[in-house]
Amino acid sequence: MDLALILSTLDATLRLSTPLLLACLAGLYSERAGVFDIGLEGKMLAAAFGAAAVAAVTGNVWLGLLAGIGVSVTTAALQGAAAITLKGNQLIAGVAINMLAAGLTTFLGIQWFAQGGRTPQLTPGGRFQNLTLPFANELSGIPILGPIYADLISGHNLLVYIAFLAVPITWFVLYRTRFGLRLRAVGENPKAVDTAGISVTRLRYQAVLITGLLCGLAGAFFSIAQGSGFGNNMTAGKGFIALAALIFAKWKPVPAMLTCLLFGFLDALQIRLQNTDILGVQIPVQAIQALPYVLTVVLLAGFIGKAVGPKAGGVPYTKER
Amino acid sequence: MASDTHMGNSPAQRPSGAAAASEFAIELIKINKSFGPVHANKDIDLAIRRGSVHGIVGENGAGKSTLMSILYGFYTADSGEIRVDGTTHAITDSRHALALGIGMVHQHFMLVDNFSILENVVLGVEDNALLGPSLTRARKELVRLAKEYRLDVDPDAIIEDVSVGTQQRVEILKALYRGADVLILDEPTGVLTPSEADDLFRVLKELRDQGKTIILITHKLREIMAITDYVSVMRQGEMVATLKTSETDPGAIAELMVGRRVLLEVDKGPATPGEVFLSVENLVVKDDLGITRVKDVSFTVRSGEIVGIAGVAGNGQSELLESVSGMRDQSSGVVSLKGKPLSLEGDDGAHRAREAGLAHVPEDRQRMGLVTAFEEWENAILGYQDDPAYGKGWILDIDAARAKARERIAQFDIRPANERLKTANFSGGNQQKIVLAREMSSNPDVLIVGQPTRGVDIGAIEFIHNQIIKMRDAGKAILLVSVELDEIRSLADRILVMFDGHIVGEADPATATEGELGLMMAGISEKTAPAPKAAEGKTK
Repeated sequence: MDLALILSTLDATLRLSTPLLLACLAGLYSERAGVFDIGLEGKMLAAAFGAAAVAAVTGNVWLGLLAGIGVSVTTAALQGAAAITLKGNQLIAGVAINMLAAGLTTFLGIQWFAQGGRTPQLTPGGRFQNLTLPFANELSGIPILGPIYADLISGHNLLVYIAFLAVPITWFVLYRTRFGLRLRAVGENPKAVDTAGISVTRLRYQAVLITGLLCGLAGAFFSIAQGSGFGNNMTAGKGFIALAALIFAKWKPVPAMLTCLLFGFLDALQIRLQNTDILGVQIPVQAIQALPYVLTVVLLAGFIGKAVGPKAGGVPYTKER
Repeated sequence: MASDTHMGNSPAQRPSGAAAASEFAIELIKINKSFGPVHANKDIDLAIRRGSVHGIVGENGAGKSTLMSILYGFYTADSGEIRVDGTTHAITDSRHALALGIGMVHQHFMLVDNFSILENVVLGVEDNALLGPSLTRARKELVRLAKEYRLDVDPDAIIEDVSVGTQQRVEILKALYRGADVLILDEPTGVLTPSEADDLFRVLKELRDQGKTIILITHKLREIMAITDYVSVMRQGEMVATLKTSETDPGAIAELMVGRRVLLEVDKGPATPGEVFLSVENLVVKDDLGITRVKDVSFTVRSGEIVGIAGVAGNGQSELLESVSGMRDQSSGVVSLKGKPLSLEGDDGAHRAREAGLAHVPEDRQRMGLVTAFEEWENAILGYQDDPAYGKGWILDIDAARAKARERIAQFDIRPANERLKTANFSGGNQQKIVLAREMSSNPDVLIVGQPTRGVDIGAIEFIHNQIIKMRDAGKAILLVSVELDEIRSLADRILVMFDGHIVGEADPATATEGELGLMMAGISEKTAPAPKAAEGKTK
């Protein structure tokens, strides 16, 4: 295999891991705080639609991004109200968000744009363009390292860089700040946090809103960065794969990144494999497309051993008074 | 109310200890608190002298925990006054109490299991948004506290890896780190081994000698006598008496607690052992991690006798119990009932043991003995649900089951007498009675009892002990495992001491001293060693 082929596969890996990574980190905040979030998919989908709709109407990518984040944060707040304040079942709150997002995006899409649920094609100003990092062109002549920098690291859109920057930031927040300490504590033993005089409710809302923010970025990536407009169910279960990655990574930021890269790589590989024979046999496209999903199941079922999540996860906190 | 707690960062002004006006650290005046129709605290007056260890005793439900929760700001009193160092305060929440120098060590620890000791100590009192400086400061402070009070811990150890005794130390350190002058401990020895409890008492004395005030909530009279300076007795929401510990005795306190004379010593006649009912030969058992916990243990229990297994918790007693009762597979060995070897392997081992006539009161009633979310009558038939008395085929005869449950409630004096009440709402002693009633009513040949009175009131302890003796006198074979040495000594007709998976000695409760048993429990002397000589070497 030549370098160009490897680089282009890895390049696709980065691109395909980005929404997974954003969603996975989103879930990390919420779940570490003890609120299980099965609604990542729904929040991403809603954000993708909101971003595309606003970007299409205004032609401004930043307004689109803001709208995506706004929609996702609002949805997260709704889910938070159900799961934290009203002490509803977190699983059901998440499922409700997923169904609401799936239905509402299609319905509003048809009502507003009359294109069968799609939003109009975005103008170049309405979507994130690929960035060329400094000196990328100048350095591309250097053997091996040059192409790696110019083709693999440079040339992605802003959200890709944000996603990978979010990993060290999350690590720092989680392990090196007061907020992180309390966040981790509230997911393990909210009673200990309560007796220490810290509000469990407030901490959990903070976490859920951060989840909303990151889901908003992930959703915007689908419709106004990678794609050029919203299409029905365009997140295609990536929110669930992100959830699987989160469990596989045992709720830790750096392993989360590595897991998302693995899933992204598999995705890139299946795209690459679609037009090739293996040992002279043409493998059906569908079988190859299913590979990442099959692997998700296999990894979760067999490889990770026992994944023990935050102990207080899924349980609404009730003060004893 | 589910809303936020008070997040104020400015602690209330605290009078400096030296210049304080009052000789009392805490005064509670005419405290009243009701929960619906239950009057949990009635006109309680209590004064805690500075620099003393003050015990508060009472049966479960007497109102001790409510009173302390009011002092700690968990509840607000309906009426009454709280004075700290002579000044009246309305304590609104636990943060406020902490600011006034009142710290609490809860019965169930408020620790985050996967955090380090250091992280647990700083949680909630971090200096600023970044964690680094707080951790550095806490590390230094822990070293200082360790020196001052001899409270050594490894700051980087993870909570779930350390012993329960150490976890309790962390709770004490947490309170001290937050500047507590008054330390409330709620049933602190319930989860401790005897040696850990001794260590706790040493720490408490150390704290008192350095000027801290200790409030100890307990129902164990032994602890009251051992370390308190004063003792207050509560009964049914009222403060019955406050006494100087040196001027009273356990019998008098027990009488005040229960409101009638209590026999602290078990009244039992001599045993009349018959044929061997339970025999265990060369039993080897591994725990969940594959570590051998019971090592080649052999013993017998005859009809009409109680054999007690003494030992510090964690020396294989739990695995022994679980294995003999069919809950845990044995690696090798034979368990026979009336001469017939039992097959206890597999998931239905416990069921087959029951059918063979071996009943089991597990050590941990909430985890193994009961489904606390069930109603009482459901627990009363658990494990015996196939009994034809409770229905034919696969349909349960609910009326019959409930009637049987009511019968046992009356027989065992289980309170409240309501078979439809959720089991979680019964007190510890009554939950234990539910399990005992169920297991004893099956009329087994062999009864295996683990920790029968852990966390149980004095009144209920007396009842439970009498029931066990009644079983013995009815010709049953009883195997008793308890970490309470007093219990073993007063109930058992023969004592086996377990250490590191072996039975290291056998003793006659009538003649063995606590010192001799203690040495065997610590693995220092075996029964082959001349006991009196060993006892001289070490004072216990």
